[in-house]
Amino acid sequence: MKKLHYSELWCSSPRYWGGLAALVFIILIGVGAAYYMEHNGHAVTGMSNQIVWGLPHVFAIFLIVAASGALNVASIGSVFGGPLYKPLGRFSGLLAIGLLAGGLVVLLLDLGRPERLIVAMTHYNFKSIFAWNIILYTGFFTIVGFYLWAMMDRKGYKYYKLTGFAAFFWRLALTTGTGSIFGFIVAREAYDEAILAPMFIIMSFSFGLAFFIITLMSAYWWASRELGDLRLAKLKNLLGVFVGAVFYFTLVYHLTNLYITQHHGIERFILLDGGVYTAAFWIGQILIGTIVPLFLVYSPAFEKNRFAIAIASLFVLVGGFFQLYVIVIGGQAYPMSLFPGKEVLESSFYDGVVASYVPSVPEALLGIGGIAVAMTLVAVGARMLKVLPDSLQDPEDECI
Amino acid sequence: MRSATGIKRFASLLLGSVLLLLSAAVLSESNVTPGSKAAGLESCVAPTAEIRRYHMLYLTHDRDLTVRQGKRNIKYSLAECIDCHAAKDDKGEYIPVDAEGQFCESCHKYTAVEPLCFQCHRTVPEEKRSALGGVQGGAAGNRSLGLLLDDDEAPSLSAQEYARLHAIVGGED
Amino acid sequence: MNRKSDQTDATRREFIHRTLLAAGAATVAPGILLTVARAGAESEGASSDTRWGMLIDTNKCAEGCSACVDACDRENGIDLLEKPEWQSEEMWNAQRPQWIRKVKLRDRQTGEITNLPMMCQHCEFPPCVDVCPTGASFKRADGIVMVDRHICIGCRYCMMACPYKARSFVHHNVTEHTVRSPRGKGCVESCNLCAYRIDHGATTTACQDACTAEGHEAILFGDLNDPNSAVAKALKQQSSRQIRADLELNTGVRYTNV
Repeated sequence: MKKLHYSELWCSSPRYWGGLAALVFIILIGVGAAYYMEHNGHAVTGMSNQIVWGLPHVFAIFLIVAASGALNVASIGSVFGGPLYKPLGRFSGLLAIGLLAGGLVVLLLDLGRPERLIVAMTHYNFKSIFAWNIILYTGFFTIVGFYLWAMMDRKGYKYYKLTGFAAFFWRLALTTGTGSIFGFIVAREAYDEAILAPMFIIMSFSFGLAFFIITLMSAYWWASRELGDLRLAKLKNLLGVFVGAVFYFTLVYHLTNLYITQHHGIERFILLDGGVYTAAFWIGQILIGTIVPLFLVYSPAFEKNRFAIAIASLFVLVGGFFQLYVIVIGGQAYPMSLFPGKEVLESSFYDGVVASYVPSVPEALLGIGGIAVAMTLVAVGARMLKVLPDSLQDPEDECI
Repeated sequence: MRSATGIKRFASLLLGSVLLLLSAAVLSESNVTPGSKAAGLESCVAPTAEIRRYHMLYLTHDRDLTVRQGKRNIKYSLAECIDCHAAKDDKGEYIPVDAEGQFCESCHKYTAVEPLCFQCHRTVPEEKRSALGGVQGGAAGNRSLGLLLDDDEAPSLSAQEYARLHAIVGGED
Repeated sequence: MNRKSDQTDATRREFIHRTLLAAGAATVAPGILLTVARAGAESEGASSDTRWGMLIDTNKCAEGCSACVDACDRENGIDLLEKPEWQSEEMWNAQRPQWIRKVKLRDRQTGEITNLPMMCQHCEFPPCVDVCPTGASFKRADGIVMVDRHICIGCRYCMMACPYKARSFVHHNVTEHTVRSPRGKGCVESCNLCAYRIDHGATTTACQDACTAEGHEAILFGDLNDPNSAVAKALKQQSSRQIRADLELNTGVRYTNV
């Protein structure tokens, strides 16, 4: 087998700097949007006392979930010993750090008081999942940083297995934490389910891998390097398994709810008459995010079609975004049942009615800015560090 | 060798005394805004130098007592700072303490420290709104001003009484 | 110098001494929340011997009456907030703080109509306190659940977790402040059982006063731990219920005839 050689992402100047400039421009727009929202208060957003977490949170959770999933490729290489995945480990670690940073930036800039980050860092309420998540996020950066070093530095190689295992378990804890943010909310019928934690883990597998495939293909296209079909096919098939697993968890989640009479209302809302949320579920999550990608991944007609792989990954991401939209916003829009057996005739606080939410443009720009932050970090990181193999052509001995 | 040490000693002594003189000069100079209640008082609720150095710690400490433990008759109350240090303009209207040249702003600008208090707190004394509905006028309702209020003292604190209480703190009677 | 000022001087010295100690400790260990023991003999503060609570008789709560809501708005400076000109009435209503709200219900089966005020229920085990990452959402020793806006970062997790939708986020810029209820953009707030009044010795909340003034007397506030208080006696005599009792939060606000 040929010796693997890594090098910095190198391509013609206009191509690299042009791409980077475009990303930075998107970030600047996002920063402007965040400033606009902080200056005027959340009054200029679509968020209210009913929908307290809006589009920025969908983006942020999406990126954070994808971040831990992006690390999976590295974990498969080091924890489960998959030789075809091992060369991709470094890039996987970098992508994980980038996506998490992007997600956290969005989360932070949407706080009512982002300038009080220092308070969040110095005052901890250890009963709060949120506080635990702050520790999990910072720990993730540290551990994945060490992991990257262990992968890249000869001196660090002896820690390769150890850091690999540590990173794997930490990422499981991190996604459990993210899922538990919702899973531990007793107040709302859409949440309050322990299944949300494992469901978020499997979602992270799927979104993270989709992000990985897209960024890997873009990077190799950008640098005009060779990417073998066999490796892509492996990644693609794995993606199919993960998409199927997400679907399975979604199924169990809804079946459980359908069995519980108390939850019939929320199920009816999401599955039948919730308007935009029903559409987001059936068209966004099920059609775009599940059926189409599965077809593209498993149909023999597209076996080695790179365009189909890219589209499938993209659709998984779009579907995942809609899935989180339904969970985060749909779960809040459905009214809480304060008085079982009674209907609310009048309330100035929108009790008993479906809360309306129209996302505002700055919210979306902030979220897109977060994705750009993630991609910029990856682009700069790949340029400065030797994370990408010179060539990922398929090994000659095909029996892997 | 010996003489060099002596010169050094002398120089450091000189430098020290100059610094001491300078700081004394700074300390003796009053920065209280003319026209505020505080201008007519001998001293703040604690010696001026101490308040200058530690007011932020005192305020933070007592705010936690108030918010977290419900202790309202604290010694270092931001509302009382404002009551005492807000000056009035020609028309008799209060000027915000964080307006240019006013008590808080002048010093905080010099030290380049932005006081965040006034994002939520008043910058001028509050004219009593119909606050304590049912208990208005009762003894209980007026402990809001807190400072040094004993049971046998008048339950309602007028501006003059308030100033007098501050004067007691300052050591006059 | 008179006797009085001598005395206060002594406590003050001790107070300063302790303050400095506490401030020093806070500098050394900034991660630890600053909670200092009683700093002076003169202040009493919230005591765990007391548990403030309310009993709301929904039979007495009149339809169309909003006296409690208006009184709360006035008491806590909510009426000082103004709708920005560019904003729709609908959005303003969805975003402005509402500490207390009137709700009208109809039983799906029997058609019985109920009117009641909803506000923070001041749980013994408040979910908002559990989820708050910084500890800004907290429960006082006397059972009042409130937000310490000095360390609230505006994450709104408490609003997600509250089963009663009792909390409001300050979406707008605030120009006019009060001493009783300092308020700023970007923090969460909710009913604090008129903590300011109670701490100054009042025995009623603004909403109760307003309700009594209207002649309805639907709201009864008092110390649930004191067997001789009116509210404790009433609770002992009548059957009352907690809203969402299934969550076992042991609310401080109880309702009869719901």
